[in-house]
Amino acid sequence: MSKLIGRTGSDEWAVQAHGLVKLYGKAQALDGIDLAIPRGQVFGFLGPNGAGKTTTIRILATLTRPDGGSARVLGFDLAHERDAIRARIAVTGQFASLDEDLTGYENLIVFGRLRGLSRAASRRRAGELLDAFDLTAAAGRPVGGYSGGMRRRLDIGASLIVTPDLLFLDEPTTGMDPRSQLGVWQLVRDIAAAGTTVLLTTQYLAEAEELAEGIAVIDHGRIVAEGTSAELRARTGAGTLQEAFLTLTGGPTDSSPTDGPTDGSPADLVLATSEDS
Amino acid sequence: MSVISRGPVSRAGVLAATGAFTWRALLKIKHEPKQLVDVIAIPVVFTVLFTYIFGGALGGSPARYLTTLLPGTLVMGITSCTMYGGARLAQDVTTGVFDRFRTLPVWRGALVLGHLLADAGRYLLAATIVMALGIAIGYRPAGGVPGVVGGVALVVGFGLALSWLWAAVALLVRDPATVMSLGLAVLMPPSFASDIFVQPSTMPGWLQTFVRVNPISHVADAARDLMNHTGGTAAVTWSLLAVAAITLVFGPLTVGLYNRQS
Repeated sequence: MSKLIGRTGSDEWAVQAHGLVKLYGKAQALDGIDLAIPRGQVFGFLGPNGAGKTTTIRILATLTRPDGGSARVLGFDLAHERDAIRARIAVTGQFASLDEDLTGYENLIVFGRLRGLSRAASRRRAGELLDAFDLTAAAGRPVGGYSGGMRRRLDIGASLIVTPDLLFLDEPTTGMDPRSQLGVWQLVRDIAAAGTTVLLTTQYLAEAEELAEGIAVIDHGRIVAEGTSAELRARTGAGTLQEAFLTLTGGPTDSSPTDGPTDGSPADLVLATSEDS
Repeated sequence: MSVISRGPVSRAGVLAATGAFTWRALLKIKHEPKQLVDVIAIPVVFTVLFTYIFGGALGGSPARYLTTLLPGTLVMGITSCTMYGGARLAQDVTTGVFDRFRTLPVWRGALVLGHLLADAGRYLLAATIVMALGIAIGYRPAGGVPGVVGGVALVVGFGLALSWLWAAVALLVRDPATVMSLGLAVLMPPSFASDIFVQPSTMPGWLQTFVRVNPISHVADAARDLMNHTGGTAAVTWSLLAVAAITLVFGPLTVGLYNRQS
């Protein structure tokens, strides 16, 4: 047995972070982030563009080293047990994507091999996932030609080759049409139901409210509020999560509302996904 | 539900990871075969063109000229595609898929090594084409199979040493187009200012000096010595030392630069 399997890590917490700081030059991207995310939850990380959501995810997923603070992921020390963490997490999102030149099938096989599956097991698993994600017909086409929804399904599929204990989903439905969005939401619920902790960043209030049990609102590199969506509403005296969000993050972003999710700029959608209806 | 598959925590070993990255790099060539155009066109065009246009004038006859020219175009054909792996690496480190690779518990050097092994595949393809073409138009290497195999191995080794160099450059400039144009600009002049096509005796003195110190001349001499069985060993020794020196400098440098990316 590999050394990695020797310990199973914390049974209670998926993420415990204390005072995470990240500087980019003089800009303070993260200004002391504390987080405690229980295992088995879908946890939503909500904030406007540039608030620090992606930076936090990158740090917790071992992609960026923090300039200050400490964290344990699945019970393992982020500074010293990075490989143990990597063996148990998967990252899907805006930044961690797929190989555009390869077909969907080839992408899954490459990741299967890199996850330690044998050639035969990789092929079998790729077939299963393509089938489950309704991508069998597109399996032989390069990913560069996929639609946004197909790409994101494959992207999530690649993260599930070996189902992780903790799945990072960075803005999983940004730029998606409403139907694909519903499909991804259902998938997130299924993954969580199977015991995987999901840490989701989103600019969409509806998405956080729909999926996340715990929500942290981040703005200017700080957590400005944390709780369930009901708690956040109660705390701010707001009738909707949208109002609570605007109160917490100090007003609307500089974008104008639109009628609903479109393929337009993600920032437009922050205000578009109103909870009023 | 079939999307869920929990296995014991496992990780790919160095060999499996390197194999997966090599396979991926080869798939990229398969999906974009135009990457092979240079690999094939440069040695073919230069071999055929020079053999028939200049062969009579420079070597007495095309067949005699081939004895000098062919080992040289082999060197040229391989060195001129040494920046491809670097360009692909530069592309990888600037796209999202690199971040995904970095969240996997695999040996970090596997991605770089995968590109280099795919490069070796390109070099062997170029070498096979040059040799087949040369023999088809009348080259008869006196060194026989051992000489040809030795010569090809030496030139491929030189190509791989340069691959490390371009991989280091790629990690510094982080832009595939820059790596490609730098590669062309840096490799083309010394390919001509060498003894691949003509003996340097009619060149001006400063150029002769350059040709004599040009590594491409030395490797071409070494390939000639091995393939034509001349018995000379100085150029071979020099080339092996150069390959070792370049690899020992740029191998660790590349790995260091690559690890810095995290």
